[in-house]
Amino acid sequence: MTKKLLTRYNNTPGSHTLAFYQSVNGYQALEKALAMTPDAVIDEVKKSNLRGRGGAGFPTGMKWSFMPKAPVDAEGKPKPKFLVCNADEGEPGTFKDRLLMTQHPHQLVEGMIIAGHAIGATRGYIYIRGEFVHETRRVEAAIEEARAAGFLGAKVMGKEWSFDLCVYRGAGAYICGEETALLNSLEGKRGEPRLKPPFPAQVGAFGMPTCVNNVETFCSVPTIIAGGAEAFASLGTERSGGTRLFCVSGHIEKPGVYELPINITLPELIAHCGGVLGGRKLKAVIPGGASAPMLRADEIEVAMDFDSLAKAGTMAGSGGVIIIDETACIVEVAARLLKFYEHESCGQCSQCREGSHWLARMFDRIERGGGTEDDLNMIAEICSNMAGQTICAFADAVTGPALSTIRKFRSEFEEHVRLGRCPCKHEGHAYPHSQIHHASARL
Amino acid sequence: MTVLDSTITQRIDAMRPHFPTEQALLIPLLHEIQGKAGWISRDAMQEAASYLHLPLSKVLEVVTFYTMFNTKPVGKKHIQVCTNVACFLRGADQLVASLEKRLGVHAGETTADQRYTLSEVECLAACGTAPCMQVNDDYHENLTEESLKTLMDKFDQEFQ
Ligand SMILES: Cc1cc2nc3c(=O)[nH]c(=O)nc-3n(C[C@H](O)[C@H](O)[C@H](O)COP(=O)(O)O)c2cc1C
Ligand code: FES
Repeated sequence: MTKKLLTRYNNTPGSHTLAFYQSVNGYQALEKALAMTPDAVIDEVKKSNLRGRGGAGFPTGMKWSFMPKAPVDAEGKPKPKFLVCNADEGEPGTFKDRLLMTQHPHQLVEGMIIAGHAIGATRGYIYIRGEFVHETRRVEAAIEEARAAGFLGAKVMGKEWSFDLCVYRGAGAYICGEETALLNSLEGKRGEPRLKPPFPAQVGAFGMPTCVNNVETFCSVPTIIAGGAEAFASLGTERSGGTRLFCVSGHIEKPGVYELPINITLPELIAHCGGVLGGRKLKAVIPGGASAPMLRADEIEVAMDFDSLAKAGTMAGSGGVIIIDETACIVEVAARLLKFYEHESCGQCSQCREGSHWLARMFDRIERGGGTEDDLNMIAEICSNMAGQTICAFADAVTGPALSTIRKFRSEFEEHVRLGRCPCKHEGHAYPHSQIHHASARL
Repeated sequence: MTVLDSTITQRIDAMRPHFPTEQALLIPLLHEIQGKAGWISRDAMQEAASYLHLPLSKVLEVVTFYTMFNTKPVGKKHIQVCTNVACFLRGADQLVASLEKRLGVHAGETTADQRYTLSEVECLAACGTAPCMQVNDDYHENLTEESLKTLMDKFDQEFQ
């Protein structure tokens, strides 16, 4: 039985209330952390080997230590520091932050207050994707309860430190999950990523030093402080502590969010979720959200931690694992993903704006039977003009599905070109009606 | 007719102490406007601009960037079906097709009686309960042809 740190009380009635949370030792970690110096808290998080769950897997304690201790403005006046929670959860295939906010919002609030103490922030913002109306209400209710109980506001738990939280709703833009785009959005602007440096730790929200972490990252903090860094670290690998929430979807018998050892292998994970849907044959897996390069069925003998997946040429990303079985057409799946990127490119950098558009058109053309051999060869060329050439990592993300599918499933692409149609579109195919919609399908 | 009423301005004013700039209140204000009116008209943008002392161009820039902000009227029920990859693998396209048939509109259109707008949207972060859709504020998950029909019949009845 795996040790569960974040989802132990899943589906327990009332788990979102302060009364419940305190009945299971909630906010005791905060009390312990407030008795420690900020540096001691950061050290503890460093020792826990917690790595960010938002996608990049950056060591959390190190990120916190980058925050300036006593920043001042040009006139020598102290600058406020901000803490931001990334609850944009936009990476296709990812749906864990939604569960954490719905069922365990106090875990997030407590984690953020501890983080605020560690970096010396005065205020925290929780940026929640706009579609999450009910999740937003849950988090707001938790903030109110925490404030009424003296965990937030002036003099947190009677100490000489004030800290408050405020929820901010996004409005439907995948790019706002990128942390600097998020900061622009939080300032009421278009969600366009910023050039780095300066990094948010120097110039973040409203020009002030800011630390951005994912929901799951913050939710891991109370358990680190309460149970100790060693206990947390020992659950993971040498370089990555704790458990991880895997979001398993697609052609799988029991889709859902599973908290499991961070280094579980992919075949173990699939088996844990009841196996491939209908007992069918596996074709491919997207192991870490839509941007992660696909693994072919013969490449799945790999552990799911950040380092092992990177070594396998893909990434652990956001923990979104999408299972694709033999009935799916890889070209059609790829075309669907590229249509997403085309729609979501913020348009700031021409390589990304044009490249995403070209790729989406090409994959769609190939899927519908109008592609040529030249198209197949041009995909890699377009990708090489995108990856690493832009302000943010979105363009790199686009090349994940584009390159991995054309490289690993080239024969399927070639067959589309040769036949002048999708070979999967015949009677008896699992989803014979599926077709790409073109007309401007959204408002 | 103005769209900003005291309920809206009170909510925005309550948020003000949390933010160092007026512009930060723009997206919350636009959400409030859309929550009341269903969409954001040019007049409403002008009102938002005046209220926050911003030029209209700043408001336009923001409204047009975010997919959730409707710049034309939508039906009373805005049906947004996720057609991203996990939902697609679990049959989202058939749901869109049957909704198009039932409502007599294509995705992206509103029914003549202004009751329904049908849209395709990107991942709603409910992939584990695919296929799914959002109707106004609510998610509907693990959809099947049958559960979709039951739900739509219920919506139709609400209009009776
Ligand atoms: C295109 C793009 C989209 C992203 N979307 C998200 C997201 O939805 N949620 C998230 O937490 N991080 C997302 N990230 C990662 C953030 O930029 C950032 O690394 C993360 O929030 C840091 O938190 P962590 O250190 O706790 O992982 C995205 C990055 C990129 C480039
Ligand atoms: S793909 Fe439909 S909710 Fe994620």
